[in-house]
Amino acid sequence: MENSSNHTNYLNATKGIWSWLTTVDHKRIGMMYLGFIIFSFMLGGFFAICVRLELFTPNGDLFKDGNQYNTFFTLHGIVMVFLFIIPSIPAAIGNFVLPQMVGALDVAFPRLNLLSFYIYLVGATLALAVLISGGVDTGWTFYTPYSSSIGGPVIATGLAVFILGFSSILTGLNFIVTIHKLRLPGITWFNMPLFLWGMYATSVIQVLATPVIGITMVLLVFERVAGVGIFDASMGGDPVLYQHFFWFYSHPAVYIMILPAMAIISELVATFSQKRIFGYKAIAYSSVAIALFSFLVWGHHMFTSGQSRFAALVFSFLTFFVAVPSAIKVFNWVATMYKGSISLKTPMMYALSFLSLFTIGGLTGLFLGTLATDIHLHDTYFVVAHFHYVMFGGTVIAFIGGLHYWWPKFTGKMFNEFWGQVGAWGVFIGFNLTFMPQFLAGFRGMPRRYYEYDPSFEIFNQLSTIGALTLAVSFTIVGINLLVSIFKGAKAPKNPWNSLSIEWQTESPPVTENYATTPDLTYGPYDYDKRQAARAEG
Amino acid sequence: MAQTKYLAHHFTDLEQQSESAKMGMWLFLLTEILLFGGVFVAYAIYRAWHPETFINAHRFLDVRLGTINTIVLIVSSLTIALAIRDMQLDRRKQCMRNLIITILLAGVFLVIKYFEYSHKFHVGMLPGKFYTFDGIEGTNPHIFFSIYFLLTGIHGLHIIIGMSLIAWMLLKVKKGHFSSNYFVPIEAVGLYWHLVDLIWIFLFPLLYLIG
Ligand SMILES: [Cu+2]
Repeated sequence: MENSSNHTNYLNATKGIWSWLTTVDHKRIGMMYLGFIIFSFMLGGFFAICVRLELFTPNGDLFKDGNQYNTFFTLHGIVMVFLFIIPSIPAAIGNFVLPQMVGALDVAFPRLNLLSFYIYLVGATLALAVLISGGVDTGWTFYTPYSSSIGGPVIATGLAVFILGFSSILTGLNFIVTIHKLRLPGITWFNMPLFLWGMYATSVIQVLATPVIGITMVLLVFERVAGVGIFDASMGGDPVLYQHFFWFYSHPAVYIMILPAMAIISELVATFSQKRIFGYKAIAYSSVAIALFSFLVWGHHMFTSGQSRFAALVFSFLTFFVAVPSAIKVFNWVATMYKGSISLKTPMMYALSFLSLFTIGGLTGLFLGTLATDIHLHDTYFVVAHFHYVMFGGTVIAFIGGLHYWWPKFTGKMFNEFWGQVGAWGVFIGFNLTFMPQFLAGFRGMPRRYYEYDPSFEIFNQLSTIGALTLAVSFTIVGINLLVSIFKGAKAPKNPWNSLSIEWQTESPPVTENYATTPDLTYGPYDYDKRQAARAEG
Repeated sequence: MAQTKYLAHHFTDLEQQSESAKMGMWLFLLTEILLFGGVFVAYAIYRAWHPETFINAHRFLDVRLGTINTIVLIVSSLTIALAIRDMQLDRRKQCMRNLIITILLAGVFLVIKYFEYSHKFHVGMLPGKFYTFDGIEGTNPHIFFSIYFLLTGIHGLHIIIGMSLIAWMLLKVKKGHFSSNYFVPIEAVGLYWHLVDLIWIFLFPLLYLIG
């Protein structure tokens, strides 16, 4: 292709480990995030495999006792949610791509960006220290009074969450200002890639919701250190208040996790259908609508906690309501593909996986948002399966899809398409095998977080464990394929996917300041029809 | 060229740079409000649950000292605003003087707070399980002091952070980092300081002046 083989780029512009550790280049920071995020994913995956192996038989035989089992699923949850999913797409992929999409040299506050990376490292180190010192067994939700009364390093874990939250706030703040103030003249709000709308909505939630988990963790720490008693019923406090605080953050937080995934899917679907995205404004506005409504539904996690019946009704209604903008997006993506020239490249395979898995995850959420069915399904494996269909089938799949999509831009190398396809199929099959049986087990009443279970659930658990192992193998294939490409992959052209989004106009990998010349804005990010017409004429 | 001296490479001009900085600061202040929001919610709930306790307990707070501290903080908001004005007019000396006065006022606030705290520690009006004072009518009086220490403690921490930021600005002014062309950091710290004052202006009546 046209690009020279050894041009100066962001990877080789300066050399040495020190030049990386002190970099303020958003691309390098994004890549450093990517490394730690993938490490966290492997760590969280390891805990998940341990939990699944334990559950292969109804008896507790792998772990020392139930407490050790509790510690493992807690560590799985904390590592996956706080160290992996929340920063995954925004801090790694977003950091790299977002400034390029607005046509900027960097994010608005490059040093703050580096600071947020180091804050993430401090939080992650603290979380890992907890892990080595024996771990906690509260679940990732830290419900009081259990979390405020038991032994173990709960304070350190709470502080780790607080610190990681701070890192997340700084990333969100940086992105909001970058999108508002650093867009190239000519890139307007309704002429920018939908990825940016998704990241913008995510950032709004990061900035508005994360302080609340921060103060919740501070209160939990004080509850333990100073016995302030505000979550302690025996002292006139209220443990349910803790749940309100926790979910006021953590419901919006699931949208911190899913909105970036939707942001990626919009790009993948349009690029690999070579078609104008259907309903641009509907997708853009529904991102913002999701961000706003997500603050009004936290009570649906507490239908059985004794909140008033009226409150439960309102929360249930609003939960149905928040499903609407997500559904709008799904319909728009499907409509975009209609009569498009679809190419089933690896990233698109992940996009299609996302569409089917996220739809299942979203629809089963409605079962749980319905008051009557939730009484039956609450705290069963149905909830676990629903959550994983959204978080894993949604976010992780989109993250891996996005990783493949922008991999040529990140590294300047093409991955092997055949092994990419094998990985995508393996992940899809392994995922369904893992979590589909959990819907059935949960529906039949198998409670979550149990160490031993009734033998009648054995078949579902065995299928699920086999699925989890399939996933582990598939992700190994994905990882090896990407790693090998760095050394053996073909040189990536500027624009391997024929995309109109402007980050593909620069070299692969890009130069330090992103663009050697001002990007050409003749075509908007989705003007595939215009380009085709122009090509037909000329 | 004043432009190039202060302009970071990724902005096209100083206006874009200062607008970005200000927007970033406002967003940060928003997160601070939400952080305090959690404790304010706890305050509202427990006041609604134990109304008499709150009224009886608040009588043990020193309104006189609280009022003095309110005045101290309001004056410090004025002095930092004057410091920003001074920088706009390139009056470096006066700017430094006003920053120093602001830091001193913040110090006065903390000293007064220290005396309030030590008195409460002395008589056993402590949060939660450490509460040993006897003589407040009503259910769960320790909850009031839990909330009191949480709110004023977190606020006090913000005062200390604010003092350090102002001291940092003072150092930069002294070294000649700012001029009437460029003083966004002082403005941002000023905004932060106003917010810290504003939160106290909510805390003061909610804790000292109820009933
Ligand atoms: Cu929720």
